[in-house]
Amino acid sequence: MKAVTLNNITKTYNKGTVLAVDNLSFEVEKGELFGLIGPDGAGKSTIFRLLTTLLLADSGTATVDGLDIVKDFKTIRKKVGYMPGKFSLYQDLTVEENLNFFASIFGTTIHENYELIKDIYVQIEPFKTRRAGKLSGGMKQKLALSCALIHKPSVLFLDEPTTGVDTVSRKEFWQMLKRLKEQGITILVSTPYMDEANLCDRIALMQSGKILSIDTPANITKAYDGKLYAIRSSSMHKLLIELRNYEFTESCFAFGEYLHITFKKDHIDHTNALLSYLKHNGHTNLELKTIEPSIEDCFIQLLKQ
Amino acid sequence: MKQLFIFVRKEFYHVFRDRKTLLMLFGLPIAQIVLFGFALTTEIKNAKIVVADYSKDIVSKQIIDKIDASRYFDIEKSLMSHDQIEAAFKEGKIKMAVIFPENFNKNLLHTNKAQIQVIADASDLNTAVTLTNYISSIIGDYQQQMVKNVVLPYRIVPEIRMLYNPQLKGEHTFIPGMMAMIMMLVCVMMTAISIVKEKELGTMEILLVSPFKPLMVILSKFVPYLIISLVNVTSILLLSWIFLHLPIKGSILLLYAVSLLFIITSLAIGLLISIVSQSQQSAMFGSLMATMLPTLLLSGFMFPIENMPLPLQIISNVVPSKWFYIIVKDIMIKGSGFGAIWKETLILVGMTVFLLIISLKKFKIRLE
Repeated sequence: MKAVTLNNITKTYNKGTVLAVDNLSFEVEKGELFGLIGPDGAGKSTIFRLLTTLLLADSGTATVDGLDIVKDFKTIRKKVGYMPGKFSLYQDLTVEENLNFFASIFGTTIHENYELIKDIYVQIEPFKTRRAGKLSGGMKQKLALSCALIHKPSVLFLDEPTTGVDTVSRKEFWQMLKRLKEQGITILVSTPYMDEANLCDRIALMQSGKILSIDTPANITKAYDGKLYAIRSSSMHKLLIELRNYEFTESCFAFGEYLHITFKKDHIDHTNALLSYLKHNGHTNLELKTIEPSIEDCFIQLLKQ
Repeated sequence: MKQLFIFVRKEFYHVFRDRKTLLMLFGLPIAQIVLFGFALTTEIKNAKIVVADYSKDIVSKQIIDKIDASRYFDIEKSLMSHDQIEAAFKEGKIKMAVIFPENFNKNLLHTNKAQIQVIADASDLNTAVTLTNYISSIIGDYQQQMVKNVVLPYRIVPEIRMLYNPQLKGEHTFIPGMMAMIMMLVCVMMTAISIVKEKELGTMEILLVSPFKPLMVILSKFVPYLIISLVNVTSILLLSWIFLHLPIKGSILLLYAVSLLFIITSLAIGLLISIVSQSQQSAMFGSLMATMLPTLLLSGFMFPIENMPLPLQIISNVVPSKWFYIIVKDIMIKGSGFGAIWKETLILVGMTVFLLIISLKKFKIRLE
């Protein structure tokens, strides 16, 4: 039995005028850490809300833990853990009160499932008498995860859990997810950060309610079509404009301190010609190298197709 | 059951940790009592008047003494010319002038008829009418004393008794009205805001994706405001008893039972508002529109419904506070039992059941 299945799910808002999820089908294995990667408005939150039975699809069917999301919504609500994107806990309750409250809502106690949240909760336990509104972003997120985990869900839905959280906390957070996965919990996580994609077992790259590609991160980068180069010079802005106008350029975009560039297929190696062309145009400190494509490069390529 | 207790406790945390709301919840009844009880009274005490006595005989003296002795009037100056009186009116110093013409007593004895001129400042209509009524009754009183021993051939004397409120105290009408208003405000607004707040915070999503039943969410939201409202009812009754000397003539138990019913009506309205509004502001605005205005204008507490145009009279029937106001007035002031108010109570029960059914049916177990 799959942890999650979607069959031709379509969801629109505003009486059919806004298409959020477009005839989508995919499956998530049990015990998998599955990532939905895509920019804002790709339809990630809608999928989560459909699967957590908060929304009804226009057409199509879906199951969570083998249960139908429409017919068995009451049972699903007992079994899943959900951390909404805009989840902000009760600001005027303390850390402990928040956790206690959510534990009892799910018919359990902190004590009963303490093992499950221990790793996460020990980090915020020193602040347990502090009000949630006074916590830092990273701590809030840990508390929210603890609250979503307290009833030992079989499937955990985390909607953009790392948005608005600092880099260190984000790293810690993904380590926590790894450990939870080891305990056999299926985790669906959505994120707009492409660099987090590599931390998932499998990912679905999404755009405008559609899945562009769904596979392991390694397979997705392997499927990258063509050769990718990184280039930089002392005047990056000029370089970007010139490269975009260069006749053999297929795509060129800024990526950190480099520009990522691909060339049209019929010209296999013209790096030397390009370098001399750029030198002629007055660029200094030129550096050009072949690189392994990242998920983001794949995403951009998929968008163009 | 334990879940419900913990949820209710959480709601109380919200209430007690928000100082401003807390102050509003419990300060409101006190502020209202002070405002309506002392500042905004419709009764007129110690109105400043002048008396011009051109006759200076025994009868006019006695009448002036009687006026002076009443707690309604303060006689400013005893003698003024007509011009002076007019000037005093213009300056707004006096509310009324009472003028005895020359030969007042003589005329009374010889022609059996004498006139007193009463001039009132009608720029404030209500005050003018009330004051002239007071003065007429004082003069009427005196006249009755005078003719006690004389047998007149034809006399019709209206024996007026102001039932239930012989001293014509304003408190009798405003305490029941205020109870309706405060309960409406607290229950409707607080319930609506606290539910919409959960929507805004995103915690409602979690509550929905949990085994906790939506019905229990509603119930947990009701309990704290129900208790707070009962505390408010008690404080209103105590305050009005201690400071305004307003006794409760009927059964206190019945009064509380009806209040409980009305609180539930208000909670149901609050729930209904929370379902249709998406932000705390719109919930607040909706609550004010749905409670304050109808309660002030159409419950009969401020303006008598009998005097309204027919369409408004008909509309007033769907305002729950109108029925509650009638019931509380009957119990508190007339001392009526259940037998006298069962019709109004039944209407209120019907409204409550209707509102509860609608709002429970409309309560969304999903996000849309």
